[in-house]
Amino acid sequence: MKELLKILHEIKPDVNFEGRTDLFSSGDLDSMNIIMLVSEINDEFDVDIKVPDIIPENFNSTENIMKLIKKLQDEEI
Amino acid sequence: MKNILEYLEKTAEKNPHKIGFTDEKREVSFLQLMNNSKKIAGSLKSLSKNSPVAIMIERSVECIESMFAAVYAGCFYTVIDIHSPLSRINEIFQALKPGAVITDNDSLSIAGQLKYLSEEDSENIQLILYEEAVKDHIDNKFLSRARLYMIDSDPLYVLFTSGSSGTPKGTVLSHRSVINYIEWVSEEFSFSQTTIFGSQTPLYFSMSVTDLFSTLKCGGTYTLIPKMMFSFPVKLIEYMNSRQINTIYWVPSALAIASNWNLFQYEKLMYIEKVLFAGEVMPVKHLNYWIRFLPKCVYANLFGPTETTDICTFYVIDREFKDDEQLPIGKPCNNCDVFLLTEDGRMAAPGEEGEIAVRGSFLASGYYNDPEKTEAAFPQNPLNKSYPERIYKTGDLARLNEKGEYIYISRKDFQIKRMGYRIELGEIEAAAISLKGIKSAAAVCDSESGRILLICEGKVKEPEQISETLKKKIPSYMLPDEIIKIKVMPYNANGKIDRAKLKKYITTDRKMR
Repeated sequence: MKELLKILHEIKPDVNFEGRTDLFSSGDLDSMNIIMLVSEINDEFDVDIKVPDIIPENFNSTENIMKLIKKLQDEEI
Repeated sequence: MKNILEYLEKTAEKNPHKIGFTDEKREVSFLQLMNNSKKIAGSLKSLSKNSPVAIMIERSVECIESMFAAVYAGCFYTVIDIHSPLSRINEIFQALKPGAVITDNDSLSIAGQLKYLSEEDSENIQLILYEEAVKDHIDNKFLSRARLYMIDSDPLYVLFTSGSSGTPKGTVLSHRSVINYIEWVSEEFSFSQTTIFGSQTPLYFSMSVTDLFSTLKCGGTYTLIPKMMFSFPVKLIEYMNSRQINTIYWVPSALAIASNWNLFQYEKLMYIEKVLFAGEVMPVKHLNYWIRFLPKCVYANLFGPTETTDICTFYVIDREFKDDEQLPIGKPCNNCDVFLLTEDGRMAAPGEEGEIAVRGSFLASGYYNDPEKTEAAFPQNPLNKSYPERIYKTGDLARLNEKGEYIYISRKDFQIKRMGYRIELGEIEAAAISLKGIKSAAAVCDSESGRILLICEGKVKEPEQISETLKKKIPSYMLPDEIIKIKVMPYNANGKIDRAKLKKYITTDRKMR
């Protein structure tokens, strides 16, 4: 989670993301940010997020992003 | 025909209850849209003819209703990007000096923060709330009086673009220009009642004119695709399918989302028939991805600046192109003349390079409150010594190919000379984008050092490797001095690559890398 918050902080330094469930619906993150976010997560967590996973449900809260990462990491093994 | 509202009125008469405009929350018929606009217009009674009305409402059906309300009142509109910095909105207000602002409950707080509105003389500026104004009754007497004195050269809207100097420049477009343009575009691409547009472009961007006014004329449907959909490609496709969108006119960067995510492997577009694009150079690699999955669609590359309403030349894709080839910008639109001027003011010979100049009814009237810039960009036609005739000099360079099609070269100020060689930054970009793994590329020239920098986004290897493969594509004198890999290309509000921002990144900080 720490790493994820760090990534989010780098993308948008002026927003507090902790515990939020409206990252995209609030407008704090936009279509350019998601490309960056996905690319950073792929690098940092060594996963490969594919387009079917890029849905609001997976990305609107930090918890759900972490769940997605875990799921992808488990699939790798 | 002299007024754009005639399109709306004819369509509303013919097909009053057909849904014409939809966004995420609302859908309205042509009749509803017309009536709502007429109601709101009542709040603008005190404005004199041809007064500017600023619209500060999020991209929505409400925004469109407010735009036409201004026109019904005998005024013209400017749509403000409410997400742009306050300082920029203030600058636009300084240049525009609006007589009224139409806003809604959601955006009221932004309007309230504007310096321009809190200044002393602001008592003369009306702040109109959409939710209140739309409850008004229709005052037909006022509306017919306002219409009586309107002529087709009256302004319809003023659209602000950021000039190279950074201060916003307001391009004035008349009813006549938009009518002439819409007659061409709707005829050329056979837009009809069955055309369902999926609109990507903001309403303060010239490209939105095509989908919006073609819908008004032809009685199709204008569907605003929420910006958030472009973050979630699968949702985008679902949205487009659920609304049965069959025609899109997007910036290439938005079309590239499909190829960059390999989207069509997972989801299919069910209804799409026409794919038009403009606003920046379309990398053939991305186009070929679309053609591979949707071979039956009509694809067309449109070219033009805000100053020619939207478009002045077009090319309907009629042959195959390789990934590293360039699409022509084609031939002039009907009723629009395009020619190439050389530095010394003569017509370029076939194959010779020249600046694209445009003449005819598509042309804007000039820049609002800015006679100097108007004079510089809209001079007398140097080829016509006999009578006054203004042309628009686009600042873009092109040449004719052997097929008689215009080939875009670059912005005039993009072209640089190094060691006697003329270098096109656009050519470097085209070569870079055609490389495997590169999602997006932009070449910029650092004006101080004269160095050429190539900024790439993509799953690429090391910059050195890009350089190696580039050597096979372009002559060595064109090779960039430095290749910078960034995580994500910056885009502006219209969805195009933000070159001003890129330059800032590479000169001030390189955090983006």
